[in-house]
Amino acid sequence: MDLFEYQGRDLFERHGLPVLGGGVAETPQEARAIAERLGGKVVVKAQVKVGGRGKAGGVKLADGADEAEARATDILGMDIKGHTVHKVMLAETADIKEEYYFSYLLDRANRTFLCIASVAGGMEIETVAEEQPDRVAKIAIDASKGVDEAKAREIVAAAQYPAEVAEQIVDIAVKLWQAFVAEDATLVEVNPLAKVGDGRVLLLDAKITLDENASFRHPDHEALVDQSAVDPLEQAAKAKNLNYVKLDGEVGIIGNGAGLVMSTLDVVAYAGEAHGGVKPANFLDIGGGASAQVMANGLEIVLGDPAVKSVFVNVFGGITACDAVANGIIQALALLAERGESVTKPLVVRLDGNNAEEGRAILDSANNPLVERVDTMDGAAERAAELAAAGK
Amino acid sequence: MAIWLTKDSKVIVQGITGSEGSKHTKRMLAAGTNVVGGVNPRKAGTTVDFDGVSLPVFATVAEAIKETGADVSVIFVPPAFTKGAVVEAIEAEIPLAVVITEGVPVQDSAAFWALNIDRGQKTRIIGPNCPGIASPGASNAGIIPADITPAGRIGLVSKSGTLTYQMMYELRDIGFSTAVGIGGDPIIGTTHIDALKAFQDDPDTDAIVMIGEIGGDAEERAAEFIKANVTKPVVGYIAGFTAPPGKTMGHAGAIISGSAGTADAKKAALEAVGVKVGKTPSETARLMREVMS
Repeated sequence: MDLFEYQGRDLFERHGLPVLGGGVAETPQEARAIAERLGGKVVVKAQVKVGGRGKAGGVKLADGADEAEARATDILGMDIKGHTVHKVMLAETADIKEEYYFSYLLDRANRTFLCIASVAGGMEIETVAEEQPDRVAKIAIDASKGVDEAKAREIVAAAQYPAEVAEQIVDIAVKLWQAFVAEDATLVEVNPLAKVGDGRVLLLDAKITLDENASFRHPDHEALVDQSAVDPLEQAAKAKNLNYVKLDGEVGIIGNGAGLVMSTLDVVAYAGEAHGGVKPANFLDIGGGASAQVMANGLEIVLGDPAVKSVFVNVFGGITACDAVANGIIQALALLAERGESVTKPLVVRLDGNNAEEGRAILDSANNPLVERVDTMDGAAERAAELAAAGK
Repeated sequence: MAIWLTKDSKVIVQGITGSEGSKHTKRMLAAGTNVVGGVNPRKAGTTVDFDGVSLPVFATVAEAIKETGADVSVIFVPPAFTKGAVVEAIEAEIPLAVVITEGVPVQDSAAFWALNIDRGQKTRIIGPNCPGIASPGASNAGIIPADITPAGRIGLVSKSGTLTYQMMYELRDIGFSTAVGIGGDPIIGTTHIDALKAFQDDPDTDAIVMIGEIGGDAEERAAEFIKANVTKPVVGYIAGFTAPPGKTMGHAGAIISGSAGTADAKKAALEAVGVKVGKTPSETARLMREVMS
């Protein structure tokens, strides 16, 4: 889960890291109140999870509460690269003398964590790494030892931060690592880490990604989810413990196992090329041990998407028994009909693996005109695409 | 023969008394796996019955090894306890630990991996978030269905469970020496490269299927390894050609970040070193048939 800048600022503050005073507003009036509390000049920053907001006009200076309210009025509702601005952060201004870069992140290739540190901040680190590679230090972190004072000194030396800020950055590096671990982050990026007029070093921006697998030990992270960005179907699916991602096509997809479902999306997209360019409408993984109830929940979510014109149920029964899947499909259709949400969209079902014969027999004997059984994954994808194109 | 798991492997199950652990212990036994016991500190000294087979429960992995000579542990404990279970397996120096659990925090995986390095990598870790390893006709450690395919001469390594099953099914007439599901998490104990190396060295494997998916650059690194080290034919498949950037597709590791981790980039890297890459599972199977004929 990626955090907004203001959530990152708050997180840094909670962990004792030096940040500027600030607050978040959803309305110009709230922005005004925060500006009054902060006093003097403030910066009004669009809260979007995408880069380049400054260039898009999403970051403005304001002198006093009146201007802050006006700038917030301008920025709220803006569209920045497809992201609508629902919140602005107001922060105190700083007299920036120098900008540096600092981050901790997951290093998949080396199966550990990495610190990237640079004296060149305020621009994209990828650009710096390309143009001035000698100004970017990459320091591997041993996950079992972490970052203590000695390691922090190693980082500061490798990055060649100026001597007058070295002690402050040593302290920041240690505390930032503690925050990284305590919050189960996979990325904390501070750009810029800035030296300001009075000599202090402050964390002036925050890009943080938290590990959703660790949410069981962070009940407070639930509150950080951006509800405005969550697709209502994705939300409904999550409430039912289903792994669903909304996409923009017409063929609803239900499968078991992340890899097989990803593969199903591909096969449907290829098949769709010959059928007016129909595409997968979603990713939905009903998981390894899917029961009839899970199948019913899945169908309900997928059919809840009005863009869906046909549904492809692609199951390879490993642990999942295909007869349970078949029963789930029949029960789900009955359940939805009972609720008055009669299903009118065709379902193409492919079952293989564990108890496939039994599952196929169940579908055949149910003899539902909406359910069509196809023996192969490729053939079923083809048929589902054809039906979706016909239903458009 | 097979890689890492043979008919002589002695398997214990950490979490044998839990619902997943007991369900799959039963299946592993039915597949002919030599399961010799389980671990649960709260039920140490008891036994668990599986259709007439009575298995002892030990307090620790170390005790289980001492009493049974176990050399493989399959771990079925919930995510909150997985780090502890793997640490215990590493400290007991069991040669192979197969971590099935899905949803392990990546800092926990990083921590047990660092410990494994510190201890000189005496334990091969497969997973987490994986279906395990199966050597058809010999032994089965994990949740891969044992009856999809008989033994044969293809080696398979895959990030995905169900795609592993799909590919084994497509090529069931040829059969497999060993299928390894390495898992879909960002940090995993056994990589494509580890499996490629083992299959290259395995006299009973003639060709290798490698299944990858979007996210990270493991497939690109595997391509470099193949170029330098693998002489056996390799056929590849990558899932997620049509996945949109920025969305996690089920597996925690399956996410395209910016332009990195796309299926097209992985396919190009593999093809550049002579690996034939199928667009779909069925095409991949067809390519493998061509290679084997």
